[in-house]
Amino acid sequence: MEYLVAQPFIAALLALVTLALAFGALLGFASVAFETEGNPIAEQINAIMPQTQCGQCGYPGCRPYAEAIAQGEAINKCPPGGETVIKQLADLLDVEPMPLDAEHGQEKPKSYAYIREDECIGCTKCIQACPVDAIVGAAKHMHTVVISECTGCDLCVEPCPVDCIDLLPFPATLQTWSWELPSPPQNLIASDRERAA
Amino acid sequence: MIIDYTFLLVGAILVNNFVLVQFLGLCPFMGVSNKLETAMGMSFATTFVLTLASVCSYLVFTYLLQPLGLGYLRTIAFILVIAVVVQFTEMVVRKSSPLLYRLLGVYLPLITTNCAVLGVALLNINKQHSFVESALYGFGAAVGFSLVLVLFSAMRERLAVADVPEPFKGSAIGMITAGLMSLAFMGFAGLV
Repeated sequence: MEYLVAQPFIAALLALVTLALAFGALLGFASVAFETEGNPIAEQINAIMPQTQCGQCGYPGCRPYAEAIAQGEAINKCPPGGETVIKQLADLLDVEPMPLDAEHGQEKPKSYAYIREDECIGCTKCIQACPVDAIVGAAKHMHTVVISECTGCDLCVEPCPVDCIDLLPFPATLQTWSWELPSPPQNLIASDRERAA
Repeated sequence: MIIDYTFLLVGAILVNNFVLVQFLGLCPFMGVSNKLETAMGMSFATTFVLTLASVCSYLVFTYLLQPLGLGYLRTIAFILVIAVVVQFTEMVVRKSSPLLYRLLGVYLPLITTNCAVLGVALLNINKQHSFVESALYGFGAAVGFSLVLVLFSAMRERLAVADVPEPFKGSAIGMITAGLMSLAFMGFAGLV
């Protein structure tokens, strides 16, 4: 101790190295002891995603897109989620909300696939296309859609050889019904009306 | 004893407010005050780290630097301490409480470079505070920072929709507001 006080240069070196070693050991220990699996941000983003697994964003599903967003991908590529999801993502990631990227599709009202069963030939092509396994049926037997599982992603419409699948909007219920905004009245002010005429 | 501590706290929170009177930590004050929600997150994170860092740096100074006569190394040693405290906190919080990590996560690394944290640690040494006083001073400084940050962000949220003249839009009106707040906080001078 007295030797160290007498040799300030060695003492300084020793003190800093000791500190750095101790802190390095602490952090090294912490990184092993408190290791976390997965990316928590990607998990949260994935929770916001509509889970349609439709692939309209260009990624093979909602989770891959969520991971891409966590890496800095744009947040406006999810048509099924639409404005609601973009707004939630913007809040979570603290970025400015932006309009939906039209390249990836338009926002549509929530809908479900409906198979006109007497026209179905039982080709199973829609079953293979469905990302959420919402279509039941077997080869050469009529298929049908489990509505509670259907995400309305419209991936089954394209492969159907007899075009017997329709996308129907959910009928309005008391919970989902909303009053349409009134269109703004034209030329409310009398002088404007005169000028227009 | 308790009176002394109360004075210390009030002094750190209001009279010698770190942001508006001592002008420390201005960067996060201007940077993270656009939204009330993020300001709250930043406040919690800073309070946590500041208290912990002032305690840790006190311990390092008293039990390592002072006995060796290395007081002049305090700045670099404290920077080391703060960086480690922030990193360690981030790891622990991430593991133990994902909810808290969601609140604080993005702000924790920002705090490493918040000069208020280093400022408190150095001021504790300059004012020769004891262990408890150091902790209280750090906590008071953090509460003062949080108070001002939340107040300021609430005002900025209103300013964002207010009809501000074109040349003053954005940061300019923010600076003016901060200046006025600073003037207002001068009113606390002489309270303790």
